Amino acid sequence: MNSVTLPVAFAALLVVAAIVGIPSYPLHIMIVILIWAFTYTGWSLMGRFGLVSLGHGAFMGLGAYATALLWNYAGMTPWLGIPIALALAALLAVIVGYPCFKFRITGHYFALVTLALTEVVRQTVIATRDHTGGSLGFTPTPRGNDDTPSIVALQFQDKETWFLIAVAVWLVGLLIWRAVDRSMVRHALDAVSEDEDSAAAAGINVTWEKLKITVLSAVMTAFGGAMYVQYQLFVAPDTVSGIGISLQIVFAVVAGGVFTQFGPTFGAIITLLLAELLRIYIGTDAVGLDNAIYGVALVLFIVFLPKGILGSIEDAVRRRLDRQVRSSATSGA
Amino acid sequence: MLAVEHLFKRFGGFTAVSDVSFHVEQGEILGLIGPNGSGKSTIFNMLAGAFAPTAGSIRFEGRELAGLMPHRIVHMGIGRTFQIPRPFRRLSILENAALAGYYGQEHVTRTEAWEAAEEALEMVGLPTDPRAETSSLGAAGLKKLELAKALATKPRLLLADESLGGLDDSEMDQAADMLGKIRAEKGITVIWVEHIMGVLMRVVDRVMVLDHGEKISEGSPSEVANDPRVIEVYLGTDTIDTGAAADA
Repeated sequence: MNSVTLPVAFAALLVVAAIVGIPSYPLHIMIVILIWAFTYTGWSLMGRFGLVSLGHGAFMGLGAYATALLWNYAGMTPWLGIPIALALAALLAVIVGYPCFKFRITGHYFALVTLALTEVVRQTVIATRDHTGGSLGFTPTPRGNDDTPSIVALQFQDKETWFLIAVAVWLVGLLIWRAVDRSMVRHALDAVSEDEDSAAAAGINVTWEKLKITVLSAVMTAFGGAMYVQYQLFVAPDTVSGIGISLQIVFAVVAGGVFTQFGPTFGAIITLLLAELLRIYIGTDAVGLDNAIYGVALVLFIVFLPKGILGSIEDAVRRRLDRQVRSSATSGA
Repeated sequence: MLAVEHLFKRFGGFTAVSDVSFHVEQGEILGLIGPNGSGKSTIFNMLAGAFAPTAGSIRFEGRELAGLMPHRIVHMGIGRTFQIPRPFRRLSILENAALAGYYGQEHVTRTEAWEAAEEALEMVGLPTDPRAETSSLGAAGLKKLELAKALATKPRLLLADESLGGLDDSEMDQAADMLGKIRAEKGITVIWVEHIMGVLMRVVDRVMVLDHGEKISEGSPSEVANDPRVIEVYLGTDTIDTGAAADA
């Protein structure tokens, strides 16, 4: 499976479908899936190297809230607001990541630090409710119909435009994944995740390599958050930050497959369909049921299907192809 | 090439290395021996950057390296092996060496890194087939890979940590010859830390003996083997006899 042509082909197919016409509700679902898939891909860049962050909600929340707050209070276009939000996410990643990596806080301890981080961001949003709307959520001011052009406000009425944006963003995410996958950085981080001392003895600057991938992952996640708020025109602390959302990110990627290019996308489809089904059939009777399901399913996946659904399917296909190649080779000889 | 002066390392109240000074000349093989807990591994780890010295200086080719991070020391031209091999299991044998070739040298291309890896693997006698996995290697093979990773960083000084533990006699001889060959063919200077004295004595130019964190003897293998203080420290072990007999 070629990791460039396939994503591009998929993206082209989606664009054609959008032009031909997709009803509004499926289009909405697909936009949300694509934006989440981008965010999940960002998480998987760290997760695949054993840097399990339970705190990516922090970066997502930062991306969403910084962009929206700058728009509402400073009148700053998202074209400037998003880069600032991304810079803040990178800074936060360094502030949290550098001490962790320097003092070798790894594995479960790293996960715990990041878990605290996501709650800090959620609580900050709630504590500054005078500006952020607290747990009731926050709405970016809709652009005036006359003065601010759509493109400047990055607000679009029609879903088709958003769909094209989402496809482009998602495609970029897959290409970043591929670039990392093919680089020496992947080997270096695989080595670091196995044995930091041995990696250092091979000349790898362990702290720096981990920091780079963490910043990349945080910036992507923050960008996903910014896209989310621009599209939904609403953001609440629980939908982008906090333990619930962080857990959802981990679950989605692990379920989809953390070591494969389309794994996070597959995970986005699973989590979103699950959330929609619960919303339709159970409604508000069981708030938090999705999180409970994510938690249980996460444990099951880690124990029984650590490569995720898509990763395991790919493995099975590859094994089958290998067998065919081998048997045809023997029968030919 | 390497000049170590008044090196100390304390862990809390325990002094693991006390006022040790020594030097290593370009092109020689220096053996570093001593009983368990004598401080030889601590010295080794300070040379490799895993521990920062409490006091003292380590100068390599005129540059101070005490307290530098391990990867910086690799970039300065010092490669190390680990006592217990630590391969990267997720990578193939070739990728293990290539990774060290790529990150262990500054300003190299991927092609150069892969060439360094193949050269290092050929040197130690491991397959350069990109599909060969580390799971196919036994104890001796993993030790060779450990050496190949260090060689792929193109070191001028090689720190070899008790390379022979866990090998049988013929494998031990092969490994000892390997260090001699590395010096002869690549001109790499070697510091060899080892428990097993017999086979070490055959290959090294000079030996330094440590006990309780202090240097108690230094000289040619035969001088050291006949030093009363060394005999006292090693009394009751038969390794000294074979080593001394072989050399004297």
